[in-house]
Amino acid sequence: MTPSTPVQVTARVVGVKRASVYRQLSMVAPGIPERFRPGTFVTVRVGGDLSSRLLPRAFAIYRVRASGSSGGTVEIVFEVTDDDTRWLSELDAGAKLSVVGPLGRPFSLPREPVVCTLVGGGEGSAPLFPLAEALRERGCSVHMLLAAATESRLFGAIDAKRGSKTLLVSTEDGSVGVRAGVGDVLPTLIARTRSEVVYSSGPPQLLHAVASAAAAEGVWSQTALRTEMPCGTGICLGCLVPVVDEAGEPTMLRACVEGPVFRGDLVRWDELFERRGEPAR
Amino acid sequence: MSALDATPDLSTELGPLSLPHPVMTASGCAGRGRELAGLLDIGEVAAFVTPSLRLEPTSGDPPPRVVETASGVLSATESHEPGIEDFLAGDLPWLVRRGVTTVASVAGSTLEEYGELARRLAASPGISAVEVKLSAHNDDSGGRAFGADPYHAAKATAAVRRDSTAGRPVFAKLIPDVHSVVDVATAVVEAGADGVVLIDSPRGMVIDSDTMRPAPGVGAGRLGGPAVHPLAVRCVWEVHAALPGVPLIGVGGIMSGVDVLGMLLAGASAVQVGSATLADPTAPARILSELREELERRGVSRVEEIVGRAHELQGLEGVRA
Repeated sequence: MTPSTPVQVTARVVGVKRASVYRQLSMVAPGIPERFRPGTFVTVRVGGDLSSRLLPRAFAIYRVRASGSSGGTVEIVFEVTDDDTRWLSELDAGAKLSVVGPLGRPFSLPREPVVCTLVGGGEGSAPLFPLAEALRERGCSVHMLLAAATESRLFGAIDAKRGSKTLLVSTEDGSVGVRAGVGDVLPTLIARTRSEVVYSSGPPQLLHAVASAAAAEGVWSQTALRTEMPCGTGICLGCLVPVVDEAGEPTMLRACVEGPVFRGDLVRWDELFERRGEPAR
Repeated sequence: MSALDATPDLSTELGPLSLPHPVMTASGCAGRGRELAGLLDIGEVAAFVTPSLRLEPTSGDPPPRVVETASGVLSATESHEPGIEDFLAGDLPWLVRRGVTTVASVAGSTLEEYGELARRLAASPGISAVEVKLSAHNDDSGGRAFGADPYHAAKATAAVRRDSTAGRPVFAKLIPDVHSVVDVATAVVEAGADGVVLIDSPRGMVIDSDTMRPAPGVGAGRLGGPAVHPLAVRCVWEVHAALPGVPLIGVGGIMSGVDVLGMLLAGASAVQVGSATLADPTAPARILSELREELERRGVSRVEEIVGRAHELQGLEGVRA
């Protein structure tokens, strides 16, 4: 699927609200909602005009509204973890932001109305909600699994309850839902729902678990890989992901242009974690 | 054109290459040309410089490969570079169809490779000039950069010049981590360079405070962005003072039209926009329109009349003192 051409716009902040431990930033960003497809992202310059910061930050698009009273809106979800996200979280309504998007390759949608399971981890589940909507419009039945370390780190459980046929919640500490990792519950879920496609978005360890479970169950998986994307437009080559191509040859692809959505079975996960200096699980 | 004309004449010349205006893109900072479709009309830049082409593609250092620093970015030294055949077959036709003035950047690991790259390009129309990347490591001198000393810089430049199409300009891109950038510039001009590109990214390092080691994937990487701009201007200044007739292309941390103006005044006839495009994909077009405004505001009617002008003013002050 060819991504549509992105635009650069000066967006106007509508507001930033809390959603448990996360923040949800809504902005009027003309041109982006019309071009949006689930799985794509935006880059946002942080720090304002006087900032010496060079690189923008990439955020998955959570929701778009094609037209409001003052133009289409785009929402992103993030956690305040550093100076950039603190700056974003403190923006007032009306503040201006330089935004580019939508960028990247979206989720591929099945041609037939099949059963799909969507698996999200933490605020990484954000792009799954517009995906669920697009799938339902095509007659697919949608099941969701939302996972997090603990209850406060779940995102979108209420949306998920409304938008999917079944919702399963799992937390590592059992504070809500089942006390399990996605790798423990997903195989049963795929079998019970007779899912043919699994979509996932969240931390890489969760995506790896989803891709492994999907491969073991013999179903397709698509995974929106969250990784550092220094420029977001395919130039800096700072986001290369080790994959195999469809002929099985190892290669490196840019998460921002050839991704962020990849086929789960084509990512070389062990190498990905080794390069990131992280454990696989 | 009279000084009263509202629109300044932006055209400039790099030896035999005439450009409609001075704003080019830097190697590796505008992708292969088509990445920025919709955001930047690559046909509007004065010239597009390709990523550094090698005989065989390289996959580069493992990610993370880019680390943000104060007013800059540090990137992995070994980049993910396309092979020349991929570029000539896959990308050049697209650029030619859009009428893009394309400068091919070449990187070899031996002098023979530089010669071979030049021969492959010579067989290919649609290339307006060749840029010799001298930050590439020389396998025959223990992995030091070709540009680390005048002798090897001249050898690599001569190897490309010898096998390039006659009349097609060759520019040598110098690294600033040398004792005397003037000595290297003099050597590459004697070896046949039609112009000198100043500067390739200097090397820098960031220590990761969590791991207490150099930032992973980057090590002693290449530093770009506004942090290196004054270093680039100083190099352009010195080389223009020593070799006033040699066309110079200024590159390093250019973020605005004012930055271009400074480069021109220091002695550059054109500039390349690099890291700015990572921050803002429309940067080359924006910088060009800012340059036009800066020139208009100062009543400058032609770009060419201000190249190196800062030296004249300096000289007058010197006389008075």
